[in-house]
Amino acid sequence: MNAESASAIAVDNLVKRYKSVAAVDGISFRLAPGSITGLLGGNGAGKTTTIAMIMGLVTPTAGSVSVLGADMPRDRYRVLHRMNFESPYVDMPMRLTVRQNLSVFAQLYAVPDIAGRIASLGADLELTELLDRPTGKLSAGQKTRVSLAKALLNKPEVLLLDEPTASLDPDTADWVRSRLERYRAEHGATVLLASHNMGEVERLCERVIIMKTGRIEDDDTPVHLLSRYGRETLEEVFLDVARGRRHREAAQ
Amino acid sequence: MIGTDTGMSFSRNRVAAMVRRYWYLLRSSWPRILDLIYWPTVQMLMWGFLQVYISQNAGFFARAGGVFIGSVLLWDILFRGQLGFSISFLEEMYARNLGNIMMSPLRPAEFLLSLMIMSVVRLSIGMIPVSLLAIAFFGFNLWALGLALAAFFVNLILTSWSVGIFVAGLLLRNGLGAESMAWTIMFLFLPLTCVYYPVAVLPEWLQYVAWALPPTYVFEGMRALVIDHVFRADLMAEAFAFNVVLFAAASWAFFTLLRSARVQGSLLQTGE
Repeated sequence: MNAESASAIAVDNLVKRYKSVAAVDGISFRLAPGSITGLLGGNGAGKTTTIAMIMGLVTPTAGSVSVLGADMPRDRYRVLHRMNFESPYVDMPMRLTVRQNLSVFAQLYAVPDIAGRIASLGADLELTELLDRPTGKLSAGQKTRVSLAKALLNKPEVLLLDEPTASLDPDTADWVRSRLERYRAEHGATVLLASHNMGEVERLCERVIIMKTGRIEDDDTPVHLLSRYGRETLEEVFLDVARGRRHREAAQ
Repeated sequence: MIGTDTGMSFSRNRVAAMVRRYWYLLRSSWPRILDLIYWPTVQMLMWGFLQVYISQNAGFFARAGGVFIGSVLLWDILFRGQLGFSISFLEEMYARNLGNIMMSPLRPAEFLLSLMIMSVVRLSIGMIPVSLLAIAFFGFNLWALGLALAAFFVNLILTSWSVGIFVAGLLLRNGLGAESMAWTIMFLFLPLTCVYYPVAVLPEWLQYVAWALPPTYVFEGMRALVIDHVFRADLMAEAFAFNVVLFAAASWAFFTLLRSARVQGSLLQTGE
């Protein structure tokens, strides 16, 4: 088995150019099955474009992306039913009830026993009381839980999360993180998490990839990053990278 | 991972899921349902009363009772068929749900088929009551056209789907900046397909353009049926042949625009 087929996600020399602008500029990484990785970077660093290419929504200018052994976007229909994603930049239809939305997506993902799966997720994500309410009438935190339920409907092996706790209060955000941790532990899913929340990444991720202007600036475990930069928190590491300050080893 | 509906194959289940999604939306919103009936009723009444007035004052129209009202009802099948397709597609953009759809296992062809089904559902909600009102107000029974109506309908709905598919491609590629196309593109067909007058009225060079558009054959066929009481099967066959070409061209354009949208990153930003 080669490295690519052993990886849940393999990204090789990936480039995405929009005219003369390189949104993603030759990045490579591999994610092991069952791992949880944080993708950090400021606005315009290329995180969302990278995730979009992994999902097959955007065609790379050069390089390749493979998910569960399928070349994206060419072979995306071989694996889309084994993946899912959650993003605050995508909504569910507001007029449909939570149950209607979840049942439509469950059918799209060919989930067996749709009613049972929705009931189980409803209980798990504390949505049972909300299932028959229109999605548009829910609070931001409740909508996030519904989006999470949609992302977990098909028990995905690969879960892509683009700022899953953006605009949530600390209590709800913490609650969402606990559920993600539990899902990963129970199902051994590979999770790629793009976030601006350093505490979230520090708590959830065993590996952190830091992007800046389309390139990978650093890639290591949170512990090693803190040690190499001589910092107490990932936020300080992030600021060092964002402001071009080199880590301790490189400086020496 | 759960689920068994894998692989590259076409799935009726996924099409049914999308139809269910649009049906839930439609039945949850009475203004949407009212909108389906409102304009066809207004149009039918206006043209119907105009025809009554003219037929009382001109011998030709007295003999050709039902031409105007037949035209307006068939035009509505063409226009509302395309709008029904395009509005269902636009609902995904308004709801910011397109990312969820495009990231799901739903194939583009399945997505298009669900939109075609919804265009027929929306058309039925609007047109069936209006066709009954036409009987009540003007004694014009569209259903009495029988098999001819089926031929007219098939050809008109095929054209409306082709235009809808092309517009969906434009929307994917250009976002809501192309929304006005969804509402206005069919009006280009109104003068060129000779909805309310025979093709012979057009200048000769424009007649070539008219005869390249499938609905022209339907409206000529309707006039032949209502005025001369002759069903022109030849016109319907020619319309169908042109429709096959138009549908293939629209599908090709849609998939080309979808590929381009993936290259340009337009699927991430479906706003203005």
